[in-house]
Amino acid sequence: MSMTMTQKILAAHASLESVKAGQLIKCRLDAVMGNDITTAVAIDELKKTGADKVFDTDKVYVVLDHFTPNKDVKAAEQCKKCRNFASDYNIKNFFDVGEVGIEHALIPEKGLVVPGDAMIGADSHTCTYGALGAFSTGIGSTDMAVGMVTGEAWFKVPSAIKFTLTGTLPPFVSGKDVILHIIGMIGVSGALYKSMEFCGDGVASLSMDDRFTIANMAIEAGAKNGIFPVDEKTVEYVRSRTDKPFKVYEADEDAEYDEEYNIDLSSVKPTVAFPHLPENAKTIDEAMDLNIAIDQVVIGSCTNGRISDMRIAAEILKGRKVKKGVRTIIIPATQEIFLECMEKGYTKIFIEAGAAFSTPTCGPCLGGHMGILAEGERCVSTTNRNFVGRMGHVKSEVYLASPAVAAASAVMGTLYDPSKL
Amino acid sequence: MKVQGFVHKYGNNVDTDVIIPARYLNVSGGDELKVHCMEDIDPQFASNVKQGDMIVAGDNFGCGSSREHAPLAIKCSGISCVIAKSFARIFYRNAINIGLPIMECEEAADAINKGDEVSIDFDSGKITNLSTGKEYFSQPFPPFIQDIIANGGLISQTKKEMDNNGKI
Repeated sequence: MSMTMTQKILAAHASLESVKAGQLIKCRLDAVMGNDITTAVAIDELKKTGADKVFDTDKVYVVLDHFTPNKDVKAAEQCKKCRNFASDYNIKNFFDVGEVGIEHALIPEKGLVVPGDAMIGADSHTCTYGALGAFSTGIGSTDMAVGMVTGEAWFKVPSAIKFTLTGTLPPFVSGKDVILHIIGMIGVSGALYKSMEFCGDGVASLSMDDRFTIANMAIEAGAKNGIFPVDEKTVEYVRSRTDKPFKVYEADEDAEYDEEYNIDLSSVKPTVAFPHLPENAKTIDEAMDLNIAIDQVVIGSCTNGRISDMRIAAEILKGRKVKKGVRTIIIPATQEIFLECMEKGYTKIFIEAGAAFSTPTCGPCLGGHMGILAEGERCVSTTNRNFVGRMGHVKSEVYLASPAVAAASAVMGTLYDPSKL
Repeated sequence: MKVQGFVHKYGNNVDTDVIIPARYLNVSGGDELKVHCMEDIDPQFASNVKQGDMIVAGDNFGCGSSREHAPLAIKCSGISCVIAKSFARIFYRNAINIGLPIMECEEAADAINKGDEVSIDFDSGKITNLSTGKEYFSQPFPPFIQDIIANGGLISQTKKEMDNNGKI
């Protein structure tokens, strides 16, 4: 029976010849991950099962990235609980302040996920690793707890939507614009329970960072996962990180899809998602016409805190100043990216432009710390959600955009097209 | 099992950030979280909600984060069931895993109004609006999920399987 790429990975991990959409299956997991917020809950659940060990001490990842460096006493207590658990249960891949990065940038960078893997993470943006041709999806703390104990999880096999990409992206347009454009087209529940499978000649032109950004936001369309085929760029990325063997899966040519979309990358424009849903997409031209004044810019997160995001922000901010009154906060996603920013001179550019440059943290994205908004304030952010109250006060606003648009907006003080600077 | 209560009604795409804002996620206890449940779209919810009440909403309920704190905050607020046109997938899993009853029923989600008194029979999937006398039926869960619910959630089920297999 013909299968999508996702279905093939799931079938292999369930030791089944084939699976079909809607089928309930139990899969072996290559990894189980959690962060400081979700692991704290999972630890209590794990203990209720009576388990005194995890299924594999190499395959449980705990990443303290959300409210770290500890934002307050209660967050510190949660992190301490995770730290003690990691020590007691001999968790090998435990990442704490000093070596921690934002989980969805860090895990691929450390070579802890490879093509063909099936993994779960107690964080909704775990779907990011589909960029590597892996099946990865977000689950809650109870699923994490059971996954840590048994090395297994149950899934309903998803049907899929196929996105055929052609052409190449214009200057100043990136993966972020592609995914905001797609979510604007299909809506925040447009891929509910489904896989978003990307394919076509256009994929080859996308950098790995672009693919990570696109797969990362599959959840914002309600998807179970987003996934890319494995090509030379994927193999080069993975081989520079790990020598772990991996298996490449491809969708059958006659695989069935619920819907199919063709996207010409050369026609994608810089795109901004207006408050308070990621589906409220407008092109930068439409956004500029509205002349929306902003108070803050955030460049970072699991969506856009990678080196190419830092690079484009540095190119735009070089020799320029952020507009007085626009607090600009730039957060590289990992220590490796932080170091590279220093070595390449980006850090100097950011600081000379008048931006703050921070140690890796999820902080402002979810309104945790490091850039909370007051009543009535507006932020252009390269993060992934713009829900009511997401970054602070219930009457604040978040505009989701690419690093290029965010950097240009920081300079001009309004939503701005980077190609018009 | 039957439940009965009054309805709190919301629209489409009720996200996890409004169900329980991340600024409160430095704690994880249900009793601490419930004080802030729905705070950003319905500041009166925590003070108005009574044991047995229900939430009725539109499409994609619980979209956004994987935080289990969201269904936990709702459950600990005393909500006996969430009826929606559809649920976001992680919320759906989490609700089942922690034992918060949920039902997908488009007709009921459309027709039931704020303040209506509703009763639900989980065995038959029948939803009765006692305020209007109208009845609606929700699809039963697949047997696999009914098993998890019958076992008292995923943790109890896992513990039972581990005890049976001697796999600790």
